[in-house]
Amino acid sequence: MTTKPKVSKAELAEQFRAFIDPDYVITDDETMKPYECDGMSMYCEMPLLVVLPETVEQVQRVMRICNENAVPVVARGAGTGLSAGAMPNKEGVVLSLAKFNRIVEIDPLARTARLQPGVRNLAISEEAAQYGLYYGPDPSSQIACTIGGNVAENSGGVHCLKYGLTVHNILSVEMVTAEGDVVIVGSDGLDSCGMDLLALMTGSEGLLGVVTEVKVKLLPKPEVAQVVMAGFDDVQKGGDAVGGIISHGIIPGGLEMMDGHAIIAADDFAQAGYPRDAKALLLCEVDGTEEEVHEHIAQAEEVFRKLGATSVRTSQSEEERALLWKGRKSAFPAVGRISPDYYCMDGTIPRRHIAYVLTEMEKMSEEFGLRVANVFHAGDGNLHPLILFDANVPGEFERTEAFGSRILEMCVEVGGCITGEHGVGVEKIRQMAVQFNDEELQQFHDVKAAFDPAGILNPGKGVPALRFCQEYRSLEHKQHTHEHTEAAHG
Amino acid sequence: MADISQQLKEQVLQARDSGQKLNIVGGGTKAFMGREADTDAGTLNVGEHTGIVDYHPVELVLTVRAGTPLSEIEATLAEEGQCLHFEPPHLGAASTIGGTLACNLSGPGRPWAGSVRDQVLGIRLLNGKGEHLRFGGQVMKNVAGYDVSRLQAGALGTLGVITEISMKVMPKPAASLTLVQEMGMDEVIHYMNSRAAEPKPITAACWVDGKVYLRLSGAKSGVEATAEKWSGEVMEEGDKFWQEVQDFHHEFFAGNDVPLWRFAVGSAAATPELEGNWFIDWAGSQRWFRGAGELKDLEPPARAAGGQVSLFRGGDRNGEVMHHQPEALKGIQRRIKTAFDPDNIFNPGRLYSWL
Ligand SMILES: Cc1cc2nc3c(=O)[nH]c(=O)nc-3n(C[C@H](O)[C@H](O)[C@H](O)COP(=O)(O)OP(=O)(O)OC[C@H]3O[C@@H](n4cnc5c(N)ncnc54)[C@H](O)[C@@H]3O)c2cc1C
Ligand SMILES: Cc1cc2nc3c(=O)[nH]c(=O)nc-3n(C[C@H](O)[C@H](O)[C@H](O)COP(=O)(O)OP(=O)(O)OC[C@H]3O[C@@H](n4cnc5c(N)ncnc54)[C@H](O)[C@@H]3O)c2cc1C
Repeated sequence: MTTKPKVSKAELAEQFRAFIDPDYVITDDETMKPYECDGMSMYCEMPLLVVLPETVEQVQRVMRICNENAVPVVARGAGTGLSAGAMPNKEGVVLSLAKFNRIVEIDPLARTARLQPGVRNLAISEEAAQYGLYYGPDPSSQIACTIGGNVAENSGGVHCLKYGLTVHNILSVEMVTAEGDVVIVGSDGLDSCGMDLLALMTGSEGLLGVVTEVKVKLLPKPEVAQVVMAGFDDVQKGGDAVGGIISHGIIPGGLEMMDGHAIIAADDFAQAGYPRDAKALLLCEVDGTEEEVHEHIAQAEEVFRKLGATSVRTSQSEEERALLWKGRKSAFPAVGRISPDYYCMDGTIPRRHIAYVLTEMEKMSEEFGLRVANVFHAGDGNLHPLILFDANVPGEFERTEAFGSRILEMCVEVGGCITGEHGVGVEKIRQMAVQFNDEELQQFHDVKAAFDPAGILNPGKGVPALRFCQEYRSLEHKQHTHEHTEAAHG
Repeated sequence: MADISQQLKEQVLQARDSGQKLNIVGGGTKAFMGREADTDAGTLNVGEHTGIVDYHPVELVLTVRAGTPLSEIEATLAEEGQCLHFEPPHLGAASTIGGTLACNLSGPGRPWAGSVRDQVLGIRLLNGKGEHLRFGGQVMKNVAGYDVSRLQAGALGTLGVITEISMKVMPKPAASLTLVQEMGMDEVIHYMNSRAAEPKPITAACWVDGKVYLRLSGAKSGVEATAEKWSGEVMEEGDKFWQEVQDFHHEFFAGNDVPLWRFAVGSAAATPELEGNWFIDWAGSQRWFRGAGELKDLEPPARAAGGQVSLFRGGDRNGEVMHHQPEALKGIQRRIKTAFDPDNIFNPGRLYSWL
């Protein structure tokens, strides 16, 4: 943990203005306001100040000054994070990478792209398209989120099962350490000598270093992609169908599931022609060569029919494929339309427990008096329950949080985890104590100290202080859950 | 099939109390890797910590004890039509999954199917304090806490004893065939990379002795259609060829008289001009070199090709065998080592003399 900063706001700003364009050293509340939170807007905090450096050398100098003076630093990409990872520290600096927005180089033969950290995820694929290439991980926020943020969160998308997460799609990262050194982790080769620090950096939520450049792998754009939509009158059947496809030896490019509430909300929003009476909907996209897709689509249709699908429809054109996906991709705003506010959860479970988990969630929904709609990266077991609430009703957000906690604890209970892709940040820091014991959490703290001895990088996020965990676990029902955890782990 | 984790833990605690060092041994089949083991150290044998803990084919997830031989794992997966997608080298019947992860060894399909590091989802680890910890999980996606599981890949056991591994497994491809044709080393880098940039079911690409080998696998129709479009002869015993490459049984790898160097470099980078023989794998990302030389002389050409070099087998294993690390990364890795193994019990000096 950090000690009290040794400088005042004014002194710090003056030091930064000596080498950063004064316009990019922001100290007034009005201009700082947009930085007070990320995509998880229920958690906000005003920082001491915001800096937007333009060169790696400036980042180094910012880090050195902050390290010497024990000033917390929170790196920030586009601020689309959903766990309050980029929420400012009130005694610290927000270090925005927004000026680092250049695609440095694309090598079409080696199929790689060198990127500054502020490059938007979608911009990579747009630029690579001229070579018939694209960047694999495609978070739903890809229009806005940055590659630096993707590395920090190990972001995924609908194509993870087949093409992997960020950690599988990057070659190297240049970063500035807490002490202001520039290091390159990884290389153009597929592995490097020594410990795999690249894996450690990926998903480290801005706690281990500031990413200043990323080299990613690019993939050839598949010849064809087609999607099969299948409706089921029961979630169990839908869940079984996911396993059925995979047991058949098909690894779909994307395999998504929605529950009854999400189907209706998404169909109202996108008019995608979803079966509105279905209790579960699967979207199964197969991509590859023309022959391969043809073969696999026929098999997928057959598997779904055999496993009791009440409707099966296969896209016959690019327009139709886009339409079927439109409903899924707009599920969040669609749910936003039927409720004043919604809270997006992010747990992962072994797929075989999907029906159990959804049924339990329905029960909790009644118990808490809050509606919940589910969209689900079914292929890799990543749930996104959306809890609907109204922030203007006193106590409703607190109830929502409690409901959310129960969902995450259930994920751990069935052998899953508390976050599949959104990260721990501030939001899930309490549930870390459910997934990990004190020795494990202490090991994380020790890893952090190896990179950041003074503890200035994003303090208070990701890994909870141990005393805090004991308090959380000692709440009666939590203790009960932890025993389950041990049992589930076997 | 036995769980000896309690025994392993006691051995670690004892070593800690008595100030003894421990060489971690799985199957003992990769003893040639890394620097020479410390001869004063005791042995911690994980080879008897075996057995499949959990396997659900529909989940595509397998959990095993670290001493389990690869052969046993592969036999179990084969019954369900699944496989270890990273094609681990079998350096002997006793090769274990723990040693495979610690060495981060993967076979010819690596650029497409991923490495052992890529497929790992979670581990249990005995650290130097004798704490038996659990990281990651048994699900495909898990971003809670740092990725300590993948950190072990390539650490050669310097951070602790891996006791259990959960990893992703994949269906065996329905069909596969290999195309072979003659080609000079000067053309082959461009050729392999161009092929890899096409949206075709390519799953391996290597070059040796003036011939380039491409493997296609996946749905039968897609494999056959691609083979018709691409040049090259369909090879009679393609699978056997790749198995030999995977297990270092290809004649290129025979013998230890001439040192075997591994260059992990940019796939499209020009091959360094050195006196010796090359085996180019992973469509250019992994290049084996047989030739005399010293690490310090091979590092600049490796760096020029965007990557690193290490001594894989033979040569002088008392000096450093891994590409040297810049000071800042040395510092971080030393501190990570201390974070996991404060008394420096495990595999002292195996990875680097300073670790
Ligand atoms: C509508 C919506 C849909 C989403 N869908 C998905 C999805 O499908 N999959 C998914 O994985 N996520 C999804 N997200 C979450 C979010 O978009 C991702 O986590 C994304 O990677 C965050 O990127 P960012 O640039 O916005 O990072 P920020 O929110 O700015 O920061 C996120 C974290 O990364 C750190 N960070 C940012 N840049 C750097 C850097 N250069 N160096 C070091 N640390 C840094 C921050 O400190 C913070 O801890 C979604 C979010 C929204 C709002
Ligand atoms: C009596 C004796 C003397 C030996 N003398 C030498 C010698 O002089 N030189 C030499 O190089 N080797 C020597 N070895 C062998 C060497 O220590 C191991 O064989 C070697 O580490 C590889 O073991 P392995 O087959 O499990 O290999 P692998 O299982 O192939 O292991 C390779 C690497 O992974 C590590 N490892 C394996 N399993 C785990 C695990 N579960 N957790 C963490 N790390 C793991 C090992 O420590 C090693 O670094 C000796 C072994 C014995 C028993």
